Amino acid sequence: MGRKLLLEHIDKPDINTMEGYIRHGGYRSLEKALKTMTPDAVTEEVKKSGLRGRGGAGFPTGMKWSFLDKSTDKPRYLLCNADESEPGTFKDRLLMEKIPHLLIEGMIVSSYALGCRTSYIYIRGEYMFILRILEKAIAEAYAKGFLGNNILGTGYSLDLHVHPGAGAYICGEETALIESLEGKRGNPRIKPPFPAIAGLYNCPTIVNNVESIAAVVPIVNDGGEEYAKIGIGKSTGTKLISASGNINKPGVYEIEMGISVEEFIYSDEYCGGIPNGLDIKACVPGGSSVPILPKQLLFKQSDGSPRLMTYESLSEGGFATGSMLGSGGFIVFDEKACIVRNTWNFARFYHHESCGQCSPCREGTGWMERVLHNIEYGHGKMEDIDLLWDIQRKIEGNTICPLGDAAAWPVAAAIRHFRHEFEYHVKYPHRVFDADHVYQPEMKMQTV
Amino acid sequence: MPKVTIDDITIEVPAGTTILEAARQIGVNVPPAMCYYSKLKGSGGKCRVCLVKVTKGSDRDPRPMPKLVASCRTAVMDGMEVRNVTSPEVIEARRGVVEFLLVNHPLDCPICDQAGECHLQDLSYDHGLSKSRYEFERRTFERIDIGDKIQLHMNRCILCYRCTQVAEQLTPERVHGVLYRGEVSEISTFIEQAVDNEMSGNMIDVCPVGALTDKTFRFKSRVWFTKPMYAHRDCPTCSGKVTLWYQGAEVLRVTSRKDKWGESEGFICNTCRFDKKQTIDWTIEGPADVDRHSVISQNHYELPYELPVNQKKLSN
Repeated sequence: MGRKLLLEHIDKPDINTMEGYIRHGGYRSLEKALKTMTPDAVTEEVKKSGLRGRGGAGFPTGMKWSFLDKSTDKPRYLLCNADESEPGTFKDRLLMEKIPHLLIEGMIVSSYALGCRTSYIYIRGEYMFILRILEKAIAEAYAKGFLGNNILGTGYSLDLHVHPGAGAYICGEETALIESLEGKRGNPRIKPPFPAIAGLYNCPTIVNNVESIAAVVPIVNDGGEEYAKIGIGKSTGTKLISASGNINKPGVYEIEMGISVEEFIYSDEYCGGIPNGLDIKACVPGGSSVPILPKQLLFKQSDGSPRLMTYESLSEGGFATGSMLGSGGFIVFDEKACIVRNTWNFARFYHHESCGQCSPCREGTGWMERVLHNIEYGHGKMEDIDLLWDIQRKIEGNTICPLGDAAAWPVAAAIRHFRHEFEYHVKYPHRVFDADHVYQPEMKMQTV
Repeated sequence: MPKVTIDDITIEVPAGTTILEAARQIGVNVPPAMCYYSKLKGSGGKCRVCLVKVTKGSDRDPRPMPKLVASCRTAVMDGMEVRNVTSPEVIEARRGVVEFLLVNHPLDCPICDQAGECHLQDLSYDHGLSKSRYEFERRTFERIDIGDKIQLHMNRCILCYRCTQVAEQLTPERVHGVLYRGEVSEISTFIEQAVDNEMSGNMIDVCPVGALTDKTFRFKSRVWFTKPMYAHRDCPTCSGKVTLWYQGAEVLRVTSRKDKWGESEGFICNTCRFDKKQTIDWTIEGPADVDRHSVISQNHYELPYELPVNQKKLSN
């Protein structure tokens, strides 16, 4: 059994209440941080821990915190990005639904470290029931004196608010989140300036994922060095993985960084293998926006060593042979799954969620979706595959925010690794018309 | 003052200048701009046609920037080296963006009042492909009436957001904006015929395409059949410096004066633009300065100055 830092007490029935949470060791870090540590000492612990942003990009959290502009006397804000909308990712939901106090504790400690007087949790609109859970937990924290004026008699004051979004994926991008929180249209801003200099209401702002903020609690409790002992290299600590797709046991798993992908998929502790005795075909290891990996690249790195569940190992070799850990949305496809259909489905999502601000993403995502739809339903041409490649290449890197990249990467990777399936769709249109079609290249073409 | 090198030409500009502004000061091979408007705060960064490659960040940090950057929103640093037309990567990306802009554009130039002074026309002529690879139905919008002076053709819009910035920065209250998301997002008002502010006509001038056109000029003439003349009048609300577009003795429309980059030199009010259409209202200054590459100057009228060659001929 791997160590569990965040989900250790998830199965306790009263963990969602203040008493239950405290009984299982909750709010220790709050007392420790506020009474015995300076804000900079907390930041230093987070730096030492090597914690990297759990929302997808994997940027070191401590370094992000140190970018916060402390030279001005403007208020500073900590925003928790709970706008979890990436297809295949559902880890934050579990964390907030079951252990809301863990997030609140992390928010208070992190806000203390950054010197924020007001902090916000921006939660996606579809999570309205979780918003109620969080609000109840926040009310309990206020009643207990963990929030509000003069927390625990230390003189530090913090107000914490939960704000619902209106269901846009793009509002998970940090500057779009800030715009949305300010009450504007959720269009990403053009960077620079970065939020750490001019964010919410033009004040220095840090935006962190739910899981990153929750991870601050064990870091402060046990010390950053202790946290950094888990994991390999620059991927430290534990990571929540939302496993879904063709596996026996879908769900959220907390893993120690550094277990192998093969172990994660096949061991009974985690995914429990592929159902119906089928073989695995491919896997999207980090949420819909990261490149898909075929079986031959999933378990072995290009140098032959086993591929591990770490930021570095999954992205080994760039996109030619690797992918990304991303937000940990682990989607497994068995050999019967159709990659074209799946790619089309992802493209459809990005088409729907593009904000429409910059031209490549606005026009390109819709174009890609239509071309993929044609191929998937047997109306494709061979040139369409090259056209798709060209469209994604012209979107990638040319947009304001990473949504353009996120839309382009899955298409690029699908063509890179599964071009034969696209060609199969073009060659045998009558076979792919049915939604449950399976790629079977060995079948001889039937005479009509 | 920071020194920046664009396509091997070095120029010294004040700190905080954008790459695009520096390139405009150099004056050759300027990146095109569809959404950036130097007179509007916060404009730019959206259309992505002005992408350039920064091969050297600055003297202090010489690393190149990993992605192409929007030159209209990136400030120059001392020692920065930028590649615009000399980088195949930039040309390629720009071609891509132009293609994206044209994917859903109706290409109804033959019936569009903007034709001849349309930035998208110029841009597609310079960078675009002669043939579209888009095989699907182009998106269309329902027609809405935003006011009695301005005609909105949403099908032609490239969502540069300039008109919303005009409304935000020149009028006390913005009544139109962008509705919906992604491909189907559109410029619209909540209430029909709501745009009636005194400065609202400037939305027509800042629109780079034919999405916002002058209702009083609709289908009257092609722009290259009209003769632009500079004129001014004492206007209590605006500078009163305008261009009158004549056909014969009739003023067909009034616009603000455009500079070299197609931007208004000064915004004008709706009284000047829509109500003063008699020569008697104006003091004529002379023929307008039109770029000789523009299609408007193809219909040669009196030049504002005589060419030296002509003078020579006359003297002989």
